[in-house]
Amino acid sequence: MTTATLPVYSKKDFQTDQEIRWCPGCGDYAILSAVQSVFAELGVPREKFVMISGIGCSSRFPYYMNTFGFHTIHGRAPAIATGLKIARPDLDVWVATGDGDSLSIGGNHTIHMLRRNVGLKVLLFNNRIYGLTKGQYSPTSEIGKKTKSTPYGTADRPFNPISLAIGAEATFVARSVDVFQAHLKDTLKKAAAHRGSAYTEILQNCNIFNDGAWEDLTEKEARSEHIVMLEHGKPLIFGKNRDKGIRMNGIDLEVVQLGNGVTEADLLVHDEKHPRAAYAFLLAHMEERPGFPTPIGVLRSWEHIPRYEDLIAEQLAEVQAKRGKGDLGKLLRGGDTWEVRP
Amino acid sequence: MATSTIVPPASTTKRKREVIDQAVIRFCGDSGDGMQITGSQFTNTVALYGNDLATLPDFPAEIRAPAGTLPGVSGFQVHFSSNDVYTPGDSVDALIAMNPAALKMNLPDLKKNGILIVNLNDFGETDLRKAQMTSNPLEDHSLDGYRLFPVELTRLTRAALKELGLDAKSADRCKNFFALGMCYWLYNRSMTPTLHWIESKFGKKPELVRANHLAMKAGYSYCEATEAFQITYEIPPAKLSPGLYRNISGNVALALGFVAASQKAGIPLFLGSYPITPASDILHELSMYKDFGVITFQAEDEIAAITSAIGAAYAGALGLTTTSGPGMALKTEALGLAVAVELPLVICDIQRGGPSTGLPTKTEQADLLQALFGRNSEAPIPVLAPATPGDCFWMAIEASRIAIKYMVPVIILSDGYLANGAEPWKIPQLSELPEIPVHFETNPEGFKPYRRDPQTLARPWAIPGTPGLEHRIGGLEKQDVTGNVNYEPLNHEHMVRTRAAKVEAIVQEVPDAMPEGDSSGDLLIVGWGSTHGPITAALKAQRARGRRIGHVHLRYLNPLPKNLGDVLMRYDNVLVPEMNMGQLVMILRAKYLVDAKGYNKIQGKPFKQFELERKIEEILG
Repeated sequence: MTTATLPVYSKKDFQTDQEIRWCPGCGDYAILSAVQSVFAELGVPREKFVMISGIGCSSRFPYYMNTFGFHTIHGRAPAIATGLKIARPDLDVWVATGDGDSLSIGGNHTIHMLRRNVGLKVLLFNNRIYGLTKGQYSPTSEIGKKTKSTPYGTADRPFNPISLAIGAEATFVARSVDVFQAHLKDTLKKAAAHRGSAYTEILQNCNIFNDGAWEDLTEKEARSEHIVMLEHGKPLIFGKNRDKGIRMNGIDLEVVQLGNGVTEADLLVHDEKHPRAAYAFLLAHMEERPGFPTPIGVLRSWEHIPRYEDLIAEQLAEVQAKRGKGDLGKLLRGGDTWEVRP
Repeated sequence: MATSTIVPPASTTKRKREVIDQAVIRFCGDSGDGMQITGSQFTNTVALYGNDLATLPDFPAEIRAPAGTLPGVSGFQVHFSSNDVYTPGDSVDALIAMNPAALKMNLPDLKKNGILIVNLNDFGETDLRKAQMTSNPLEDHSLDGYRLFPVELTRLTRAALKELGLDAKSADRCKNFFALGMCYWLYNRSMTPTLHWIESKFGKKPELVRANHLAMKAGYSYCEATEAFQITYEIPPAKLSPGLYRNISGNVALALGFVAASQKAGIPLFLGSYPITPASDILHELSMYKDFGVITFQAEDEIAAITSAIGAAYAGALGLTTTSGPGMALKTEALGLAVAVELPLVICDIQRGGPSTGLPTKTEQADLLQALFGRNSEAPIPVLAPATPGDCFWMAIEASRIAIKYMVPVIILSDGYLANGAEPWKIPQLSELPEIPVHFETNPEGFKPYRRDPQTLARPWAIPGTPGLEHRIGGLEKQDVTGNVNYEPLNHEHMVRTRAAKVEAIVQEVPDAMPEGDSSGDLLIVGWGSTHGPITAALKAQRARGRRIGHVHLRYLNPLPKNLGDVLMRYDNVLVPEMNMGQLVMILRAKYLVDAKGYNKIQGKPFKQFELERKIEEILG
């Protein structure tokens, strides 16, 4: 029904007349462009999209999307979106957030949204810095980082966002990069297709306060040595000459050089449906180890976990089927009553 | 509901029966002794009989403080009468004390020559030590001024249940029903409602039904058989206005009110809440009403509780969040967001003693200024305050109606006393409930998210999913009409003034202040919230002595009734009793330049009638 009457959208249909106030050169522009393109292709009526955000550079996102949008308060976007989604499961609700917004002040809402598996698509813009407040370290900044608030370097161990999401029992966890437009769009489509919570970390460059934070991963010469692209059902291979791979060694991973008797058949084949948490954790933590690549792609995609808002709706329907629609008069007269006669 | 379980009515007793017009009875014991259940059951029974009543549950914050100690004492007081009842009673006619600690904590409230029933089996050396007593009050003549009835509650209960073969611990759990049975005999009440309640409560455990039935009947028969009591009391039904009644507490009344509001508005109710005393019962109650489409969401914290409700309101539901003071503090920033984005939302603050964790189970009225002003910048919010448990029902509907009509968050200030206290409530006809019209904007032609209704200044409720109405809202300052982000100085001032004017416009919904008692004279008492009962009782008593006193009870605290300034000027004195350090009085003095005097009690307990009377006499000489 809906698809028959659905207008054909183009990216332009999702642009607004508002002047964009991100710094020139900000990675957010690339993310905005990718999201606008993807929304046009999802086959969802435009009025069904809602973009919810918290506070920070990334959270200005709704103003630039011609959908319903709500720029809320710092860290609370997942909670507002949860209420919205429970009340209206038919809506396509997206959350735009940053490393400060989602992992610092909004950490609690983030983990509870993920464990409940509310059907929200979260875009985590990770630039490893506080941009809008002009350059303090964030919960993803590397230890020792010198920033405006840490002139002698931070003492904070950083969060690894995808590890955190996996730990919070997220059913869809992915990572992409602002400048990898094709990969980003592809990942967003996968997130959109996921029924439960979809958590996508997007590595994003802040060219003013943390320029080059992801240079190792984005710089053309170096990136193939530093990144492994995860594809479901494919072996984990990386390197400029695609000559390195990841192999299981006991309960750990190891990097191996292909050749000399080591073939693709020996490598770990990526399984985004892998039922054990340990599998996704192993992948998520490769980047902290010398010689290991950083994983990009879908780490986990579990489709079998029920969506929170569906469980709530089912419970309402079950009770109504059993007890019938509530009768207000009967409710008010409930319990023990007595009549006072004139 | 076997009729065979019903014992003969009290009228068969041969003892002398005295007809009196009122009594105050208090059950007290360890928090594990079931005093709240015992009190509630007695309340229910006298309510069904047709007495007017008021209750005061008083329990510790600890679930189970060490048994027998002073901090573990829990009590439940019922005042029932053949006349109108306004308060749970200043002092107690009959005290049932299950252990020495309960006796020690509650004896000061027992009237001279009052009835005192104690559990004789719990006055051993250890029990006395736990209650920090150096001598046994049952032996040292310190109770000579009371009609003392030491009863072996534990032993007699065990004996009554002997045939069931329960272990001692399980049998001892029934001793509160033994005591209840005694009270039913003493006040000539039928045990039938409680027998039925026991059946429905423990239906799945027949041995518990039988045990509690036996215990209660044993207590009743004990009084019938022994010569201990020479007199029983009869309190005839009150002359309440005709209609169908039920007994209701403030928290249940709020829950029912919100269900009614949701039904009248034709939109689903969404409650986002985080458990907190004394508000949790609203969450418990509403979680049962899925047949009314009520969605209850137990959030991860107080902030998610309110923000999820804002999300639901944005989606077109009736958004509600319920909390108490500490939770209210956490919701502050989100309240500001609701003010800025102009969405309908209801926030219930069931006040308790503070600051910080304070007195979780005790009542207070000290969140008024927080409700009125406790947000960054200029963020006015309408504030309503129910006056009685039953009034909570009406204020829930009124808050919802105003929130939707004006597109504003509305705060309801209840308190621990209203929340847990109960009174007979006349069940309204559905036709008496106000209409709550809801209009979702659907017309994209010239749609502007902040174009206002000229009468209410409300912006349109344009919910996601409506074709052609895609727009953005948020906490950044908006240009009026377009809703675009705007930092211009004059626009900001315009928006601040507009938000204030919108809340001020709600005065058209607020009934004029009509003083009870004298419409001018020596003294005006201005109250709000749960002080309604004791003020009313004090006013009656003092007017009967010829004093010219009026009483205005404010159910709308923002905006205030438009004639309030005039009313204040009609009296020589203005007294504002509050369970805080003087918050309403500060507002009245500032707003009306009137020399109003505060009378403040900050003890976690409601005012007593005599305290207010003493204050009135002090002012009027």
